[in-house]
Amino acid sequence: MSAAAAPRGARRWRSRAARAGLVLAALGFMALFLLLPLAAVFAEALRQGARAFLAAIAQPEAGAAIRLTLLVAAIAVPLNLVFGVAAAWAMTRFEFPGKALLGALIDLPFSVSPVIAGLVYVLLFGAQGWFGPWLAAHGLQVIFAVPGLVLATVFVTLPFVARELIPLMQAQGGEEEEAARTLGANGWQMFFRVTLPNIRWALLYGVLLCNARAMGEFGAVSVVSGHIRGLTTTMPLEVEMRYNEYDYVGAFAVASLLALLALVTLAAKSLLEWRYGHEIAARATGARR
Amino acid sequence: MQASRWALMLAMALGAAAAQAKDLVLLNVSYDPTRELYADVNRSFAAQWQAAHPGDRLTIRQSNGGSGKQARAVVDGLPADVVTLALAYDIDAIADHGLLAADWQKRLPDNSSPYTSTIVFLVRKGNPKGIRDWPDLVKPGVQVITPNPKTSGGARWNFLAAWGWALKQPGGDEAKARAYVETLYKHVPVLDTGARGATNTFAQRGVGDVLIAWENEALQARQELGADRFEIVVPSLSILAEPPVAVVDKVAAQHGTQEVAEAYLKFLYTPQGQEIAARHYYRPRDAAVAAKHAAAFPQVRTFTIDQVFGGWRKAQARFFADGGVFDQFKPGTP
Repeated sequence: MSAAAAPRGARRWRSRAARAGLVLAALGFMALFLLLPLAAVFAEALRQGARAFLAAIAQPEAGAAIRLTLLVAAIAVPLNLVFGVAAAWAMTRFEFPGKALLGALIDLPFSVSPVIAGLVYVLLFGAQGWFGPWLAAHGLQVIFAVPGLVLATVFVTLPFVARELIPLMQAQGGEEEEAARTLGANGWQMFFRVTLPNIRWALLYGVLLCNARAMGEFGAVSVVSGHIRGLTTTMPLEVEMRYNEYDYVGAFAVASLLALLALVTLAAKSLLEWRYGHEIAARATGARR
Repeated sequence: MQASRWALMLAMALGAAAAQAKDLVLLNVSYDPTRELYADVNRSFAAQWQAAHPGDRLTIRQSNGGSGKQARAVVDGLPADVVTLALAYDIDAIADHGLLAADWQKRLPDNSSPYTSTIVFLVRKGNPKGIRDWPDLVKPGVQVITPNPKTSGGARWNFLAAWGWALKQPGGDEAKARAYVETLYKHVPVLDTGARGATNTFAQRGVGDVLIAWENEALQARQELGADRFEIVVPSLSILAEPPVAVVDKVAAQHGTQEVAEAYLKFLYTPQGQEIAARHYYRPRDAAVAAKHAAAFPQVRTFTIDQVFGGWRKAQARFFADGGVFDQFKPGTP
């Protein structure tokens, strides 16, 4: 044993302890703030047994809430997919007046309270709102109906895809696309053969995040929903309603379904990462280079 | 030419058939604690209507929330065929926007209120703080749960019940009533937006020593959450709460639901409707049904809003409008 070996050993031991401490702290934190509540949701849902759980989610209102939630997400997410790609492209490939403004606007839904977002649509499309009389004259219902729910959801989920794409597309630069154009590709060919393959993983992440938020949004949709049972109540609203009706098993049963949808999303993401992990890694190094 | 005439005749035939067998959808926009009541009413009324009109398909939809919030939603375009709210002013507010006639409250018996309730106290088992009457709510160390009178109808009844009691004490006057109610609100740690939220705060989250609540809400909470956990305390004097109902003429005309909407509200006055109301802890108007359920409802001495405050419009403007008495209260702890 040389004299130098002892302090090095001590240092290694210390760094190991630090690592273990950090890992434990991180895991403990996750368990306390994520796993425990998640477990509580399922425990509460199943507290009176599987039969009560199944009875709670077999109610027609639960089915209607699930269908509505999926419908709203199915409209809002593709809209934001298209908008997100277009916005990210504009932000990273072109210089134009008002670019800074567009960047700020994309972030607006992050900084505005969802309740305000809902109220804005009531002020615009409600019966007393700017477009209210015109809509009423044409027999169109926006607020307190599916279109209002979609509008509110699109608003709050607007930044997710664009914010995921912009840093990546900025890092990648436009050289590959320029090369494609030089070699004679038209705009669509360039997009589908060069741009899309380059951004597809970030795009997928953005869509998954956007979808999770679209299904889980409460504040904005609560304002524009009108809470008509079985017609304009999405799953988060159904959870609140059942809780208010002293139906705790029902509330947690619907909440657990919502959590399951989120877990499926997470699993889909992990599966894709695992299946195409090497490709993602290659893209990431490509982007860095 | 020939084809279009056929199409026209077909359309007319379909139209005639539709006039007999209708697809009816009725939306009842109601306040917070009536969820269970109207779930029951809707089932019974739909069965009755279906039996009398075999061709119809009647769907009754329900929306519940804080009474003031619900009225605002109807004004903003929530297509309610009928409103069943916590207090007359909220329906007045809808009438002010031209959705129903200003004299709506005269169209049905008993001020258009098929059932009544009153304001009582819910305390924890054994009544550890010894709450017996209104003065006990402002004793040191007592925390009171009541919702926000700006958004909740029940909360406005609570406010007026407290004011009216203080006013009617020996030597009571407006200044003393105001001082009492202002002190009372200093004992309130949290103002929920609706009656049900306040009940959950008190019963589920265990906040506060006493909940000021609708009698029906207190009785139901005790039933749902355990008679062994809570007790009801009836104050010496309270307010007669009359939750009114009305057809929203403009919407019902648009939907072609006037007939079924009116029948729906009238059903509430039938012995069957009154029985359902009594089962859900609302005091029935019908003497026979009331006598049958007398044991469920304690004797309460009450005053009406017309007697003490000159009606809802005056009370609303004086106490709850922006800049009104409630807004002038200084926040703080007692």
